Amino acid sequence: MLRNVNKLLIANRGEIACRIIRSCRRLDLRTVAVHSEADASALHVALADEAQPIGPAPARESYLRADRVLDAAKVRGADAVHPGYGFLSENAAFAEAVQASGLLWIGPSPRSIRDMGDKERARALAHGAGVPVLPGSPRFAMGELANLEASAREVGYPLLVKATAGGGGIGMRRVDAPERLRETAEATQSMASKAFGDGTIYLERYIERARHVEMQVFGFGDGTAVHLHERDCSIQRRFQKVIEESPAPRLPAAVRERMAEAAVRLCRQERYAGAGTIEFVVDADTFDFYFLEMNTRIQVEHPVTEMNTGRDLVAMQIEHARGKLAHLDQRDIVARGHAIECRIYAENPAKHFMPSPGRLARFALPEPSDDLRIDTGFREGDEVTFFYDPMIAKVIAHGPTRDAAIGRMIDALDAIEIEGLAANVAFLRATMRHSEFRAGNVFTGFVDRFKADLVRV
Amino acid sequence: MATTIELKTDITGSVWKVLKQPGDRVDEEEPVLIMESMKMEVPVMATEAGVVREILVKEGDIVSDGTVVARIDV
Repeated sequence: MLRNVNKLLIANRGEIACRIIRSCRRLDLRTVAVHSEADASALHVALADEAQPIGPAPARESYLRADRVLDAAKVRGADAVHPGYGFLSENAAFAEAVQASGLLWIGPSPRSIRDMGDKERARALAHGAGVPVLPGSPRFAMGELANLEASAREVGYPLLVKATAGGGGIGMRRVDAPERLRETAEATQSMASKAFGDGTIYLERYIERARHVEMQVFGFGDGTAVHLHERDCSIQRRFQKVIEESPAPRLPAAVRERMAEAAVRLCRQERYAGAGTIEFVVDADTFDFYFLEMNTRIQVEHPVTEMNTGRDLVAMQIEHARGKLAHLDQRDIVARGHAIECRIYAENPAKHFMPSPGRLARFALPEPSDDLRIDTGFREGDEVTFFYDPMIAKVIAHGPTRDAAIGRMIDALDAIEIEGLAANVAFLRATMRHSEFRAGNVFTGFVDRFKADLVRV
Repeated sequence: MATTIELKTDITGSVWKVLKQPGDRVDEEEPVLIMESMKMEVPVMATEAGVVREILVKEGDIVSDGTVVARIDV
């Protein structure tokens, strides 16, 4: 069904809001920015055709307020909503409310958002689509540890005892042998019950040297889907991505192919509509891979894929939602060369990567070109407030080979000047130059393992 | 003779959760309150074991780097 869209509201801020505005321009759509009080003079507001305030600085009083975002759409006469990433992007109730208001939702169906947002259901769906999932146990409620040993044997050692309410590495303990299982399970329950008010735990296989590799997918909502190749996001700090690249270095072609097939299978089964990302954990030594989760939105690191494939994923999302995107054939998707993204964060690597809010007294970036893309939501003089994410820019370099892309990235990082707050540029440069990174020896423990080389204290 | 130590936040942000009240016992390295900054939760931990004398902030307060947020009798 063809939908008429003239004005699109972007329910987000920062670089992704600016980036969505760029695609809207290309598609000849008018744009409405929403903003909190802290963002009244932010770049995304300046770039949009119109802007509407939606509340005080804290996100839960503005960017997370579905009612205010919808009111803004009404007031401004928008007929479509793009949620970006984070905030309301994976909130099925918000997607439904957008649709119920007669607006076009630029994203997958609320059903898919709900399916993939429930981690247990997502695992079951993946399993049903023949996608390998990490061996895991059922849940154990606080104080209930019946059949713990048998479950652990099924999962296999080493394993992690994980609190269901935990996340980001908090509430996880490793067990190498059965002797330590029960006491660790009890300790994790007790800790989780104190810290999160919920002592429920489960067991999951632990992978010694893990990589994070994800597949960019695009579904057409009718059971057909394509993939746009993988991104390796193994270089992380604080369990969050900081460098992403494609193709994944030293990943055998056969493994890459099987991952792509698995991802597309899940998408087809789900009758998924629009852009999505299927995340896998990959054993860096055996290349066994397991489904982690599916993100039902545009991803921070999507430019890596855009640089290699020449596709505009945001424009594809919009065109698909309004019924104007022709089906793509897998053979139409061709990835060329190598792309790397570095996330520039306002944080201090020497202080455990602690956030460092402040004013960008100096903020100079290199000139973009065919092989260098820069996405940012800030200008010199802007305040990077503690209310939101510490990411201040994404630098994406492309080259015919990985070495060429790394070289281009180093040149770009050398040209960045930031004053007024602590940033991670020197850390990124040290990583780009590191012999193990150059050799493609990436794994999620990379930053911890080579910290002494990467961080000057 | 008990001495009183000051706990400072080394990050600018808002006070997300106050975990301890005056009179509560705390162990060394035990979180007294949790700050929220740039979507990250950063605990302010007791640098020594003792008893909380006073909490100088409340949930939702915006506090800058270096501010004393609690005092503890050790």
